[in-house]
Amino acid sequence: MGHKLMKLIFLPKTNLVQILAMALLTLLIAIMLSTKVVAGPIDTYDFPDEITKVRFQHLIYELRCPKCQNQNLADSNSPIAQDLRQEVYDMLIDGRADMEIIDFMVNRYGEFVLYRPKVNSLTYFLWYGPVAFFMIGGFMVFLFVRKKDKTPTELTSEQQQQLKSILKDK
Amino acid sequence: MKVLIRLIPLLLFLLLGVLLFRGLSLNPQDMPSALVGKPFPVFSLNALNNAEQKLTTASFKPGIKLVNVWATWCPSCKYEHPFLVKISKDQRFALYGLNYKDERQPALRWLIDFEDPYQFSIFDQQGKLGLNLGVFGAPETFVVDHHNIIRKRFAGVLERNVWQREFLPLINTIEDEIANGT
Repeated sequence: MGHKLMKLIFLPKTNLVQILAMALLTLLIAIMLSTKVVAGPIDTYDFPDEITKVRFQHLIYELRCPKCQNQNLADSNSPIAQDLRQEVYDMLIDGRADMEIIDFMVNRYGEFVLYRPKVNSLTYFLWYGPVAFFMIGGFMVFLFVRKKDKTPTELTSEQQQQLKSILKDK
Repeated sequence: MKVLIRLIPLLLFLLLGVLLFRGLSLNPQDMPSALVGKPFPVFSLNALNNAEQKLTTASFKPGIKLVNVWATWCPSCKYEHPFLVKISKDQRFALYGLNYKDERQPALRWLIDFEDPYQFSIFDQQGKLGLNLGVFGAPETFVVDHHNIIRKRFAGVLERNVWQREFLPLINTIEDEIANGT
């Protein structure tokens, strides 16, 4: 089968149809490769200054896409993420503060949109849990290590005798 | 006492295990809306079937309102549509449409082809009202009470189970509130 195909392609008397087919195939591959390159969220925004640009990038990095839940606005291709990026941009150009923009999003989409949740009674566990666990672990290690330290390091005279008798036999 | 201290890691492990195991069965799409308990956002948009007519919150009838976010580009909306037609016969509330980021002509065609269950549809081509409502897709359905306060937001296809489990009890509650004058 493969041999036949090779023959077909490399036949000396290649006719026009075959050449056209090859050309089409090459073109198709080229198109496929080129679409792969452009995939990914690309929108162009003009920023008045470098600071606004950095603020924009920081905001869309910190805000989460409500639809595609494990991506931030910067990563996501979904229409809602595009809209929200536009909204963030519009608000920045409008001269709003970062906190205002974040509050705007939280008021509409809930605290969920924050990749860095606010510290409040609901999130204490989230923020301080790891520290607490680390301290408990450290405390346990401390307890065990201290206990080991208490065991006598020198042999009693009785044990010394035993040791001598064992070594004599050798 | 010492035994107790030694048991602490095991207890913490079990606690964490229970917590994480519970997390496995939660639906991540089921998010509490930030807008529940807040007034329906102020808007001024054209009606879908009449580009001249301005709609605002004042266009809603008094009483209980259901606002359904829909679009012709949304396959689940089509799936949901017959159920909307069915519940729109219920006189206890008024059903409104929010045509979200759609084109006017196909949307009008849709209402002719599949029957129009809505009192009116708000034409929100830019998705501005959608943004203020925290909409991130269609279909979504909001329950708005007689004080124009959003009482519930449901993201996903409305069907009989959800309707009976989550919507009807809420509608009954609001009806009681209206009857009691609160």
